[in-house]
Amino acid sequence: MSFKTPNTARRTEGWMGLKRGHRARPLEWMIEQLIQFVSYSAIIMVFLIFVFVTREALPILLGQMDSAAVRPSLSMDEAMKLPEADLRKYLNMTQSEFAKADAESIKMLVELRIESSATETTDKDAKLNTTQWSHLLGPYQWSGYTQPEYIWQPVGTIHKYNIVPLLVGSLKVSFIALAFALPLALGAAIYVSQLANPRIKEWLKPAIELLAGLPSVVLGFFAMLVMATFLQNVFGYTTRLNAFLAGIALGLAVIPLVFSIAEDALTSVPRSYTQAALALGSSRWQAAYQIVLPAALPGVFAAAVLGFGRALGETMIVLMTSSASIISWNIFDSARPITASIAAELAEAVFGGHHYRILFMLGALLFTVTFLLNLIGDVVVHRLKRRLEGKA
Amino acid sequence: MKQITKWLSVVAILAMTCAVSQAANIVVKGSDTMVILAQKWAETYMQKHSDAKIQVAGGGSGVGFAALQQQTVDIANASRKIKATEIETCIKTFGKRPTEYKVALDGLSVYVNAVNSIKELSIDQLAGVFTGKIKNWKELGGADAPIMVYSRENSSGTYEFFKENVLKGRDFAANAQPMQGTAALLQSVAKDKNAIGYGGAAYGAGAKHLAIKKDDSSAAIEPTEETIVSGKYPIWRYLFVYVNPTLDKGQIAHYLNWIRSDEGQSVVKNVGYFPLPKNLRE
Repeated sequence: MSFKTPNTARRTEGWMGLKRGHRARPLEWMIEQLIQFVSYSAIIMVFLIFVFVTREALPILLGQMDSAAVRPSLSMDEAMKLPEADLRKYLNMTQSEFAKADAESIKMLVELRIESSATETTDKDAKLNTTQWSHLLGPYQWSGYTQPEYIWQPVGTIHKYNIVPLLVGSLKVSFIALAFALPLALGAAIYVSQLANPRIKEWLKPAIELLAGLPSVVLGFFAMLVMATFLQNVFGYTTRLNAFLAGIALGLAVIPLVFSIAEDALTSVPRSYTQAALALGSSRWQAAYQIVLPAALPGVFAAAVLGFGRALGETMIVLMTSSASIISWNIFDSARPITASIAAELAEAVFGGHHYRILFMLGALLFTVTFLLNLIGDVVVHRLKRRLEGKA
Repeated sequence: MKQITKWLSVVAILAMTCAVSQAANIVVKGSDTMVILAQKWAETYMQKHSDAKIQVAGGGSGVGFAALQQQTVDIANASRKIKATEIETCIKTFGKRPTEYKVALDGLSVYVNAVNSIKELSIDQLAGVFTGKIKNWKELGGADAPIMVYSRENSSGTYEFFKENVLKGRDFAANAQPMQGTAALLQSVAKDKNAIGYGGAAYGAGAKHLAIKKDDSSAAIEPTEETIVSGKYPIWRYLFVYVNPTLDKGQIAHYLNWIRSDEGQSVVKNVGYFPLPKNLRE
């Protein structure tokens, strides 16, 4: 049976292009448009943020920054004799800045350069450009040190920007978090989806997921004051705030996410799998462990990947629980993850300066890595779902 | 027609709620260390001068300088001196060097746990401890226990000051724990019996302040208001405000003068810093 629209009820183009049906309810139409705009803008925003972060980091990526503490300085006469283009370059000004500046400001800038060179140090490293890739990634024997070392000490006369301690810190803390969270979350997911009776499942699932609603600053605060003392008493290590503590606290934040995705994957395994296994005489545990879990394994992998991404990007907890930038794979030593560095240092970095740009570069790196991890996780979950539904 | 008027009124209401009124006529931004001080100054000043509106925000000294350079604020608070590169950007954008005013003194104490038997250290010994050369309290005449070094985040003006003046520019030990604020640092020092840390002299409940010797031969000085203001205590610094000289007139100039008057300086003590000596107030 099919309906045919009678000719008399033909839709007309109305005022402002509104369809007749909409014209009667302009507010609804506006809201609909607004919601549509908001959902598109989310995608645009993510893209714009990435463009902005990368743009701020670009001079570092292209090796255009110079962080040398000692810059060559010319006397007033010498500087005034320079051709315009050279003077502009010497003063590190853009075309438009140079065009706008009057003779007075140029003079002031030259004077300032002479002034600042008078107070500069005689440190042998003062002429180094520490923003070069070799210094960002490789060890170097700084004056006062007996061997080449990776050092992140961005504030001081010589700016030491080696990012290796931060990378190690991020990875170390995230792995500890995952090692703690994955078994617990997976165990809970198997129990809730396969073994628990429906009445327990009804309240247990939301209860575990409720943990996700815990503000990370509260978790960090709790970890810093309560868990730190407790764990130190149990394990007897010397550094009170360390990567282990940060990892455990971070693990608590990651558990609900990993649980949620793993539980979803396990539940999406068709009931017929379990029923077939039970019919052939297996116990419920055997069915869950040997039939359902292997079938949902890609989903568990995705949960781990997404959990790792979440752990890498988490800031507040690691900022409050661990932050000395040492390179050490000992879990009871401190660690300084990238996120903690950005959050703690950006406010005081000279706007547009090298420290500021390096932090943005780290941000872009973090953005890319977490984006890829999320992408991998999502793709894996989707493919698994399609396969279990028999579509692929 | 009715519909259109309805629409228009919706739009008008939206527009009105969006337009945030910018009533303040002096905008202050900068150092987090100085936020409370700057707010107290603003409150006290506004009580006396009902025509003045002062808006204070934190964010960090660097944020304050960036805002000063972009001319979105009138006054920038800073717990450190302005850097040459920051003066450069100011000259490039508004053709003037920002004017610097010293507005208060801050003394820095070195804290240890209350049960620690050490009472005094020299600047050299402090440098050894904080750079990681001295690792055990035994080397300083204390108990045989490793020294747990607590420091501040490198964004803090206190960190930079301590690095320049006590460590003489050398790096902090890599395992020094950076803490978010003086209060958090004190918490840790109070809980860890092998701890050492540094921070404002006016803070310090729960930990012991060390007396400091300028060098091995000089006397150890306790950090008190008297020793800090007179300059006898060796670890102290100025707090600054910076202003674009073209704006330094009328209400803003009046406010800056008031800050450095006896009345303004009496506020300083209430928030944990120390007033400027008389000869520096003009």
